[in-house]
Amino acid sequence: MRLTQGTFSFLPDLTDAQLTRQIDYCLDRGWALAIEYTDDPHPRNIYWEMYGPPMFDLRDAAGILRELNACRSTFPHHYIRLSAFDSTAGTESVVLSLIVNRPATEPGFRLVRHEESGRTVRYGIESYAVQAAPEGARY
Amino acid sequence: MDGTTAASVITDARTRYSAGVLKYAQMGYWDADYVPQATDVLALFRITPQDGVDPIEAAAAVAGESSTATWTVVWTDRLTACDMYRAKAYRVDPVPNNPGQFFCWVAYNLALFEEGSIANVTASIIGNVFSFKPLKAARLEDMQFPVAYIKTFPGPPTGIVVERERLDKFGRPLLGATTKPKLGLSSRNYGRVVYEGLKGGLDFMKDDENINSQPFMHWRDRFLFVMEAVQRASAATGEVKGHYLNVTAGTMEEMYRRATFARELGSVVIMIDLVVGWTAIQSMSHWCRQNDMVLHMHRAGHGTYTRQKNHGVSFRVIAKWLRMCGVDHLHAGTAVGKLEGDPMTVQGYYHVCRDTHTTADLQRGLFFDQDWGGLRKVMPVASGGIHAGQMHQLLDLFGDDVVLQFGGGTIGHPQGIQAGATANRVALEAMVLARNEGRDIAGEGPQILQDAARWCAPLRAALDTWGEIAFNYTPTDTSDFTPTPSVS
Repeated sequence: MRLTQGTFSFLPDLTDAQLTRQIDYCLDRGWALAIEYTDDPHPRNIYWEMYGPPMFDLRDAAGILRELNACRSTFPHHYIRLSAFDSTAGTESVVLSLIVNRPATEPGFRLVRHEESGRTVRYGIESYAVQAAPEGARY
Repeated sequence: MDGTTAASVITDARTRYSAGVLKYAQMGYWDADYVPQATDVLALFRITPQDGVDPIEAAAAVAGESSTATWTVVWTDRLTACDMYRAKAYRVDPVPNNPGQFFCWVAYNLALFEEGSIANVTASIIGNVFSFKPLKAARLEDMQFPVAYIKTFPGPPTGIVVERERLDKFGRPLLGATTKPKLGLSSRNYGRVVYEGLKGGLDFMKDDENINSQPFMHWRDRFLFVMEAVQRASAATGEVKGHYLNVTAGTMEEMYRRATFARELGSVVIMIDLVVGWTAIQSMSHWCRQNDMVLHMHRAGHGTYTRQKNHGVSFRVIAKWLRMCGVDHLHAGTAVGKLEGDPMTVQGYYHVCRDTHTTADLQRGLFFDQDWGGLRKVMPVASGGIHAGQMHQLLDLFGDDVVLQFGGGTIGHPQGIQAGATANRVALEAMVLARNEGRDIAGEGPQILQDAARWCAPLRAALDTWGEIAFNYTPTDTSDFTPTPSVS
């Protein structure tokens, strides 16, 4: 499967040149960029590990790309996402978030069904990779 | 309008309150010198007085009948601070290019309204003036609420920002589709359509407005099959997915029962129809706030009173009331699809849904500023006769904070529902990417889609099937202040 979280997951993976243009778009709007990584891509795993705090004061696309590539070489088989934060009143949240690195093979998720009375089913989702190995040894 | 033709107010109390019939202007419902206070509720009506009825007297009558007046003088007014309770019409202007129609501005003291009750607002403002004989027609065009009154409403239970945080979806419009055919599918077949659409790339699928609990598909069956489809699609893609389960029913008790079952099955969103009424909407909004649920509002029935310019209530007013009631999603028009909607007028509705502070903008039909007082933002929904070939127009008109709903444009895809969903998702992401790169999507949109279709066969097929489809009819509800051609 291909994990399709993130703003551009249905497009071919972006090149560094394309990424630079997206970073410029964010910087032009005053947004802060942040890099996060994980090997637990559950759709409700909100808190990926931060690769440093959001780069509020780094206002240069080349510099951000350098940070991103450093993260990629440290965690070559992890999911890595680049997110932009808008601190404007009324938003104060993530406004763009794209996956910029992913493992070569993505085993995906199992739907867990707990059957209850009547025909009611309680659902859960489990990552095959997370089930198979501890953190850091999954991909 | 200077008011020289209107009857002037009678200030001598003995004369004013002697039994009999006076003109509304004489009774004090017209005051050309009135300066609205920051705490007043303001309403702008478009009125068409009967032949021979003075427009200022007609405006005074609107103010009177929507506040304290009755047809004759009553001495019991004198037991009250009646000057305060009287609404005041304070301005009347001819509508440009519409002989016989007038805009009339009316101010209402805050004391006239119960806190946190749209039922009370509507009972006052549109309670009986619309049937008033001296008027041929009347339309409530816009309203302004003081921030003190806005703060008595909890507003959307989730709002755009928190919805995105819960769904983990940022930086692009959300995608949806209404399950079709809207009536007749068995629950099992219905769930199939839901699964295919979500797995193919949509964020949401949707019940239509008249899917409740009919003989072909009882509600519990629908909820069970649909949630199996939603959860399967979520596992297949690693994304949070949803289906607007329509809980509209005959009684509040039944709506709560259905909403509770939706929650038990893990749904992130429920849906109600506008026809359930203001109080039911506010009750369901409270329920959603208590149960971490996104509330989708389908504006079923609104066209009966919003579409014609001379009579009814503008949708921008309905949108304001619904933001106060507290809905998270609101169908607000597409401009380019099959349903009524002048592009700038529709953008006006989007401002009402999404602004933190709305600024008056006559070309978009917004007559008043509105401070939303921190009320959460409503996610507008564009639904009805739109397809992937219009993606550049939709993104250009509406930006990121909108749900684009392609029903037929997903399910009618020649290669199947999943392919239809994928075509829409690819078209959307390609267009957002191009916009962020600084390209002129309004101009280059068709080329951007063609380029993406070179590597995405489903998009290729969608463009080949619908690329030329447009619904170019003259809108009926347009601004009076500028010509606004339909988007083609």
